[in-house]
Amino acid sequence: MATIRDMMPAFELFQPATVEDAVALLAEHGREAWALAGGLDSMDWFKDRIKRPRVVIDLGGIPDLTGIQERGEGLDIGAMTSLSAVAADERVRSRFQLLADAASQVATPQIRNQGTLGGNVSQDTRCWYYRSGWPCYRAGGNTCYASAPQAMNREHCILGASRCVAVNPSDTAPALVALDATMDVRNRRGTRTVAAEDYFVGPAIDITRMTALKPGDLLTSIRVPADWAGARFYFEKVRDRGSWDFALVTVAAAFRTAGGRIDQARVVVNGVAAYPVRLHDVERLVTGAPASEETAQAAGDLAVQGARPLKYNGYKLALMRNLVRRAVRSAA
Amino acid sequence: MAEKLIGTDIAPPDLVAKITGRARYAEDFRADGMAFAKLLLSPMPHARVRRIDAERALSMPGVLGILTADDVPQRDAPAEQCLTNEPVYEGEPILAVAAVDEATAAEAVERIRVDLEPLPFVLDPLESLRPGGADAHVQGNVIVDREWKSLKWTAEEFASAEAAGRLPMGEPTSEWSHGDVDAAFAAADLIVEETIVHQSVTHHPMEPRSNMAFWQNGKLHIFASTQSTARTRAALASALELDLEDIVFVAEYCGGGFGSKISGSTVMQIPALLSRKIGRPVMHRVTRYEENYFGRARPGFQGWVKMGFRADGRMTALDLYLVEEGGAYGSGDFGTAGAVAHLTYTPENVRVRAVSVFTNTPPKAAQRGPGGAQIISMLEPIVDKGARQLGVDRLAIRSLNAPGSDVRFGPRLMGLTSVHAREALELGARTFGWDEKRMLSGRRNGTKVTGVGIGLSPYTAGSRGYDGLMVVRPDGKLHVHQGIGNLGTHSIADTARPAAELLGLSWDQVEIHWGDTSLGVPRSSNQAGSQTTHAHTRANHAAAEDAKRKIQEVAARTLGGAPGDYVLDGGRVFRRGSRGSGMSFADVARRAIELGGHFDGHELPDDIHAETVTAASKVAGQGLVGVAKDNYGGDGAGVYSWVVGFAVVELDTETGVVEVVDYTGATDCGTVIHPRSLGAQVLGGSIQGMGMAMTQRWVFDPKWGVPFAKRLYTARPPGMLDVPLNAQWAAVGIPDPTTPVGAKGIGEPPVGAGAAAITCAVADALGGRCLCRTPLTPDIILTELEGLRKPYSPTATHIG
Repeated sequence: MATIRDMMPAFELFQPATVEDAVALLAEHGREAWALAGGLDSMDWFKDRIKRPRVVIDLGGIPDLTGIQERGEGLDIGAMTSLSAVAADERVRSRFQLLADAASQVATPQIRNQGTLGGNVSQDTRCWYYRSGWPCYRAGGNTCYASAPQAMNREHCILGASRCVAVNPSDTAPALVALDATMDVRNRRGTRTVAAEDYFVGPAIDITRMTALKPGDLLTSIRVPADWAGARFYFEKVRDRGSWDFALVTVAAAFRTAGGRIDQARVVVNGVAAYPVRLHDVERLVTGAPASEETAQAAGDLAVQGARPLKYNGYKLALMRNLVRRAVRSAA
Repeated sequence: MAEKLIGTDIAPPDLVAKITGRARYAEDFRADGMAFAKLLLSPMPHARVRRIDAERALSMPGVLGILTADDVPQRDAPAEQCLTNEPVYEGEPILAVAAVDEATAAEAVERIRVDLEPLPFVLDPLESLRPGGADAHVQGNVIVDREWKSLKWTAEEFASAEAAGRLPMGEPTSEWSHGDVDAAFAAADLIVEETIVHQSVTHHPMEPRSNMAFWQNGKLHIFASTQSTARTRAALASALELDLEDIVFVAEYCGGGFGSKISGSTVMQIPALLSRKIGRPVMHRVTRYEENYFGRARPGFQGWVKMGFRADGRMTALDLYLVEEGGAYGSGDFGTAGAVAHLTYTPENVRVRAVSVFTNTPPKAAQRGPGGAQIISMLEPIVDKGARQLGVDRLAIRSLNAPGSDVRFGPRLMGLTSVHAREALELGARTFGWDEKRMLSGRRNGTKVTGVGIGLSPYTAGSRGYDGLMVVRPDGKLHVHQGIGNLGTHSIADTARPAAELLGLSWDQVEIHWGDTSLGVPRSSNQAGSQTTHAHTRANHAAAEDAKRKIQEVAARTLGGAPGDYVLDGGRVFRRGSRGSGMSFADVARRAIELGGHFDGHELPDDIHAETVTAASKVAGQGLVGVAKDNYGGDGAGVYSWVVGFAVVELDTETGVVEVVDYTGATDCGTVIHPRSLGAQVLGGSIQGMGMAMTQRWVFDPKWGVPFAKRLYTARPPGMLDVPLNAQWAAVGIPDPTTPVGAKGIGEPPVGAGAAAITCAVADALGGRCLCRTPLTPDIILTELEGLRKPYSPTATHIG
């Protein structure tokens, strides 16, 4: 069959107005259904005729999925809330600047207006072999083109490889992991709550999916608990160009400090694995340590222990190490 | 009193349509019964079509027909067919299907089975030159004296080059020299030598090369996206073996071409041929994905350079070797690269050797400053390396080596009409504040270190001998007929302004007719090589002088006296000193029609081109016709403009990220016609160069021979956040003495200036270390800063 791209094939479109209807439709159509949020990731797949769902369920007309509600000092963010709304929300900014920073660095203003928080955390990887429709492990095939000896892989993983070497492209995902957020996932059987750290899955767990969402599941809400409200945050996204770019490496960190000492820490890195990597060892190292250059250096060195570069992404070790150092330095 | 039109800002006549969305680009046109075409692209970088099974496609409801390589004009490689049975790059069009809508056409293409025989392929020219390396075409990998040849260098040459970490340099296919480089190097006070890699980058204009075509009464009507108008029609007529007058060519707007749509494009033939076959209009909307493949690209260079300097910074010898990635159908911009290098530094002793190798990568074409932009961005930081070692100021070394108007350069030692490179350097340095800002070099602020750079970039900027055509109609207005394309610059308006000024008109008394050959368009240049401003201010000036003579003659015949007694101003002609008397241009136009003959275009000059004769016949009788060939002379001397770019960057030593924080572009492009438009060209071109140096890239998988970075977000042209918002520009403004208006072109030289200012500033921020490759992305810079083992060889390209 000849390949053709940039021409969206037809599908059956449903536009439910309630979460119940959306969940029912997802259950009814199972693997043939595709839940459409902002469409920035989905439309690429459709236009390239690589993912060809028979049924598309547009979530854009469900009011209950949009908006930010207070829960004490914590916030419940509807999965369909736009990234620009998240970035601009005064409560997000005053309590969880980390998330506002992350959301405001996604792509472009137009994409942030259209893109949603739920979509941003649920998006597929941008591995260019996979996105080109090659029959790799992640696409259900039996090889990884990106880790072949001559392959071009400067944007691929240094951690968590398991046959597949793709990385998670989300800017908000590491921020949500750092904030100990949880995801509400609905399906026909009810609602379950998944910790952000568990929401993102690597290829060792499921090589064809980036998240814990399974057919029939709908991410309805992202809950940010009060725990880290008003903490010291550090977010940095390193990319090739200033606008409309995915990260090479991102760091998202939260600290509670007192008297120049770090009392609590969350340090998460993205762009280095198929999931945002929470650096538990680094957190243990810096907790109770002075927010000093020495701590930063040690944290950076520890962060990249066990990282294994591919041919073209050795720089990511240095970049990840340096970004972790900068995050720790920021706590001073 | 008429306005002064040269040197003032105006709103171009297409502005409102562009802003309101009413402007019609190629894919906005419609015709009754219009069908849509989709292409089947080669999935392999080199293959031969054994069999096409289209039965399942053609039996689909709504499918109207198929066009294969057997249906199109046959060409022998390296000439390119619009459809092929022997694809030489992934993405080359093999066939086209027409259907009632695009969805059906796409589905039909998917149902077609093409049986392909894979053939050996090669992406890297050096790999093709290795013993046993593949040739991109079955006929060979280079063309020498118009003959295909399989050129291989020796294993020894590769081995010694690899041991030395330099470019292998076997037998070139092109070589020229002046003086004695070996003797000059022996006498030089300093020698610097580097292997260089300039990447190949796609054009990716905003508007893909879509077009629509239909046939009516034996004539082809075509609506296309192209840089030129008259010349694109001529190219299409030649490709399809049609008479020029059998094509009605419409191209009102163009969403960018940058050299990739000079006289249209090869795929432009497909709707015309498919329409003829199925008897219905055919629209072909090219996608971004397809644009990546057949939308053309700047060729990359793998090169080597050796420079010899005198202690005071004077470059005494330049030895350059360029291996060019010729792509599927060849490229020759290494020729310009060598000439531009010679021109910029004027070494008495120069040798340029080059080989352009066919590769199974998408076709290459001119890209804004072809050859020049690449070489300037590569050589300027190496000149800085010399300056640094000699302790010479970087501005001073450029002024010392830059030519004056008496320069002779290139293989044939061509002369130029005017050169004010040193003035541009001085003006740029003043505008930018070089004396203060150079002190920022090496300043550290936390993890950031500042670098400052200068890039001096010349490029061609003119041509001669075209025709102008204009009519003063009974509405009293000057109607200027433009055969040049509306490629996104304001040339259609700006080249008419000297004519209007000569005739004493204000800008609202001028109407521009463009973008449709049925309106009558004169013989015109290609919109390429930055020649339009120069060529067509001259041509329109010539036609305006003709109109002026005729207006004076009409006035004298009507009101008495001698033609020379009459002056023109504000849309009237009157005797000197008696503004109240005389005739309006409206009266002049009516009188010209009465008089007929040469006054209203029924008699034409002998020396105008046949195309202009046809065009003038269309407007004959509409009013007083001004028509003339540019006979201002000057043949033999080249026309070049100059841009010097000054940049300040901040390089983050922990991330490898470079931020451009300040930029100034200063130009010598002769008389300034339209300041705002000039500023847009100087800075816009500079930004394109910055992208080429920093953010853009094109990555290929060498095992499978296919490109990635096919989308805008992966190809990464620079965005608003990648460029300084406070960039400044300035123009020397010394008129070129060999042209009546004094203006030279500007489109291309800024690219090399912007790119080189960045490559130099980055090298400066790295303490003088020249990475001598592009793009300077964070991974490349960080690998250098961290002292990591480089995962690529010194000549590797298309990596990432």
